[in-house]
Amino acid sequence: MSGIGTGYDLYPTTFSPDGRIFQVEYAHKAVENSSTAIGLCCKDGVVFGIEKIILSKMLVEGTNRRVFSVGEHIGIATAGLTADGRRIVQNARQEAKNYENFTSDIIPIHVLTERLSIYVQVFTLYNYIRPFGCSLMIGSYDEEKGPSLYCIEPDSVALGFYGCAIGKGKQEAKTEISKLKLSEMTCKDAVKEIAKILMKTVHDETKEKEMELEMSWICKETKGKHKLVPKKLIEEAVEWVKGQENEED
Amino acid sequence: MELIESPLQDLKKEVSTGTTIIAVQYQDGVIIGADSRTSSGSYAVNRVTDKLTPVHDYIYCLRSGSAADTQIIASYVSYYLNMFSIEEGCLPTVKKAAHMFREFCYQNKQYLLASIIVAGWDEENGGCVYNVPLGGSIIKQPFAIGGSGSSYLYGYCDIHFKENMTEEEAISFVSKGITEAIARDGSSGGICRIATINKDGVKRRTIYGNELQKFWEK
Repeated sequence: MSGIGTGYDLYPTTFSPDGRIFQVEYAHKAVENSSTAIGLCCKDGVVFGIEKIILSKMLVEGTNRRVFSVGEHIGIATAGLTADGRRIVQNARQEAKNYENFTSDIIPIHVLTERLSIYVQVFTLYNYIRPFGCSLMIGSYDEEKGPSLYCIEPDSVALGFYGCAIGKGKQEAKTEISKLKLSEMTCKDAVKEIAKILMKTVHDETKEKEMELEMSWICKETKGKHKLVPKKLIEEAVEWVKGQENEED
Repeated sequence: MELIESPLQDLKKEVSTGTTIIAVQYQDGVIIGADSRTSSGSYAVNRVTDKLTPVHDYIYCLRSGSAADTQIIASYVSYYLNMFSIEEGCLPTVKKAAHMFREFCYQNKQYLLASIIVAGWDEENGGCVYNVPLGGSIIKQPFAIGGSGSSYLYGYCDIHFKENMTEEEAISFVSKGITEAIARDGSSGGICRIATINKDGVKRRTIYGNELQKFWEK
């Protein structure tokens, strides 16, 4: 089937005449096919929320994780091919551990992000290994420096964000995020807002199957450690979203 | 093994910094001092050695043991410290430098003969002294002594060390110690090199042989 980049899109080692590497762009498409993940930098921490489509009623809740810990103080949320995401997280864990063994300090988030993006970039250079088909959001919270959130895409570009969304519904999610006052929001409020965006704006109940919310945070309350948001809080957030819906009606 | 040792055997012995090194915390930072003799057996290969080796802007290491081993370790640590500080965009802590020294010394302990004192100033912790002796352990101390000449200084240091000394008191503490060690230890000699490290940077000075204080001697 002739598509956009026919002829120039077989390997990452070929540029197209207009200077694009199509294999890397196709990797972006793999991310765009996946369900949405959101990350927000609040005043006292970073919160991740992922819309997980429940593929089968036989699946145990909480399985098929898309959010991971690196060291104790950094969280990574993935969108795209989960297996690719897990591979990068494994590399991140190695980096963090080696850094800590060598220097006795925990790895700063911007150093880890830099190293991961260099790692991801390597896979866009050769024709015998494909680029990673996933985007990652990396978040951390430090008492002195405050919250930090970075996003790495398949082309290895790593940017710092106040609020970020990746995956299928990222456009709508980003619009909603830009309406929020992040610098005044606490993490507990962010849990509710993310639940609202994922359940109402991004998730289409008519078209898709049921969804499950996977949320994690690194904040003052968790003392800078990356933890899953307690189930109770998520249930309260879901109740709140449903309550809002009734109010609007 | 020859029954009679020829004079040339001396020159085949490994070059070592049979030495005296001292580092002490004072109120604004650290004072470090060392003698200046590098010996190969009984021959003084270098009588004006500089054993105060910078690994970063505010962090120095004092080297004792094999000259080759300690030089190469110091240059590796200096390399990595510089890389990390550029990556992170801030000055490294003395703790980080000391742990790097420890990592090299411990992981390669079969091959190395290196006993290093790491001392410097950083903003979080002020002046810090870390001792990384032969096996590759690491211990933070208010003052540390090392090298062959240090055996003669344990009593002196225990009696005369005080917390939070002024710069003059600390320099006097260090220079007297080095002087005494030079007098008693055959592998230490030459001049006394001293450096002050605090938030204003590093200030080096030298006390020449004839200026060293004279203690009890006939």
